[in-house]
Amino acid sequence: MTASPRAASVDGRDTASVLAAREDARAQGDRVSDWMPYLPASSSPHVPDGVDPATLTWAETVAPGGYTHKVVARGTRIRLDDVTGDACAHVVLFNALEPWERLNVADTQKIPWQAYLGPGHPLLSGDGRVLATVVTDTSGHHDAFCGTTSDAWNVRKHGDAAPQGPSPSGRALLTLAAAKHGLGPRDLPPSVSFFQGVRVEDDGSLRWLGSAGAGTSVELVAEMPLVVLVADVPHPLDPRTDYVVGPLRVHAWRSRPSGPDDDHFETSPERTRAYLNTIDYLEARGL
Amino acid sequence: MTTTIDGTTTTVPVGPGHAPGSVLDWGGPLVAGRIVLDDRVPSNAPWSAVVRAGHVLTIVDVGGNQSADCLMFNAHDTDERYSVPDTLAWQGNAYVREGTVLRSGEGNPLMTVVGNEIDRQDTIGGACSKESNTLRYGHHTAYQHGCRENFLAEAARHGLGARDLVSNLNWFMNVPVEPDGSLGIVDGMSAPGRRVAIRADMDVLVIVSNCPQMNNPCNDFNPTPLRMIVTSQEAAA
Repeated sequence: MTASPRAASVDGRDTASVLAAREDARAQGDRVSDWMPYLPASSSPHVPDGVDPATLTWAETVAPGGYTHKVVARGTRIRLDDVTGDACAHVVLFNALEPWERLNVADTQKIPWQAYLGPGHPLLSGDGRVLATVVTDTSGHHDAFCGTTSDAWNVRKHGDAAPQGPSPSGRALLTLAAAKHGLGPRDLPPSVSFFQGVRVEDDGSLRWLGSAGAGTSVELVAEMPLVVLVADVPHPLDPRTDYVVGPLRVHAWRSRPSGPDDDHFETSPERTRAYLNTIDYLEARGL
Repeated sequence: MTTTIDGTTTTVPVGPGHAPGSVLDWGGPLVAGRIVLDDRVPSNAPWSAVVRAGHVLTIVDVGGNQSADCLMFNAHDTDERYSVPDTLAWQGNAYVREGTVLRSGEGNPLMTVVGNEIDRQDTIGGACSKESNTLRYGHHTAYQHGCRENFLAEAARHGLGARDLVSNLNWFMNVPVEPDGSLGIVDGMSAPGRRVAIRADMDVLVIVSNCPQMNNPCNDFNPTPLRMIVTSQEAAA
């Protein structure tokens, strides 16, 4: 059977020849969507207050159920904005130079003697160093106990977990993000999540705290070159039966790593030594 | 300065074993069955074994309040491994007790706690290491052996390395979370001869570090041996 010739124009679009298809493709380039990276980053329509757009190195709105990833320089300040109050940013960090050094949630809770993430909290690796520091936080509703969702969890709750489907799992998305940096499932440690909180009761039960509302943000500063992976999916303990998650806004700009002039450098002796270890490591590498 | 251990005099600043006169109770299997493995793990040392699906591993806290840091892997696909957050989220509770299903990052049951002779077990506190000791206690402790060293050494015997180490479980360790989020290792709730029993729900590679830590109460400042007993409920062949 011979394929019937396609109509020359569908919705006014002519894609019958290479030249016409090229014109059609190029005509789409100026469109915008609600979730997209902004390039150059200085062109972001959502530049955070007080930030010189020229210093931006990453500007993006992550779609609900989407993910993003970036390699950032030491001293990069990374801001996450929960625009609607329904974002949940599941974050994994790696030392970009030696990626087997990565976020260690147990040490992140144990070393500061504090389970709940907040301003000044160091995100530690298992190698006695600080990968990044939470420098500002207007939400206070975060979680370092429950990690992100697995395929099994989302299939049970929503019937599907595929990245291309209506209810992607956080692990499925982080697996894709990791793969784009040559990292595999073996490289994915437990993650932390921002903007949806959980608290531990006396008997150990995990109480859902949920969101602090729309318009909150956290800012991290990269204490070394990092691979940053972020998935924006509902928290595992989100009690809503529907798959509800809002967009996540990400901005990053050139700033400086933590130093002795910062209050959080001296918050506790454990943290001070963690920063000293980090600086010692980087200086030996010539960074 | 020298020390003498088992007849060898050395200038190496090795970690202490248990104090003379420590009460040791070697116990026995918590779940009856044919014994297929029975190992004694010295103070400060690592251990590993594959526990077959359906078999039960009893860990005996021989000297009391001796942390047994533990990692678990699917023996046939080690990319699938123990996941603290999946274990906690599925059960909706931060502590490990009898009935807790120890899950992988894929949400699958690796092992289930089928017997437990202390109030609760820890899976928040993670493992000690030379590096984290420098943060917690100071750089003067950097020479000391830690659980991460035990994990790396034992993992290497199975072709695994740093990429395979994740947040772990600590049998016989006590890490409460207080209402303001304060969290830390405090005095244990175990005693000589107390046991935990975990049933393998698939063939599981279990790696244990008999914790050498001497700077906090996780080993009661007296590192003691562990006994690892695997029992089978199947009739003997």
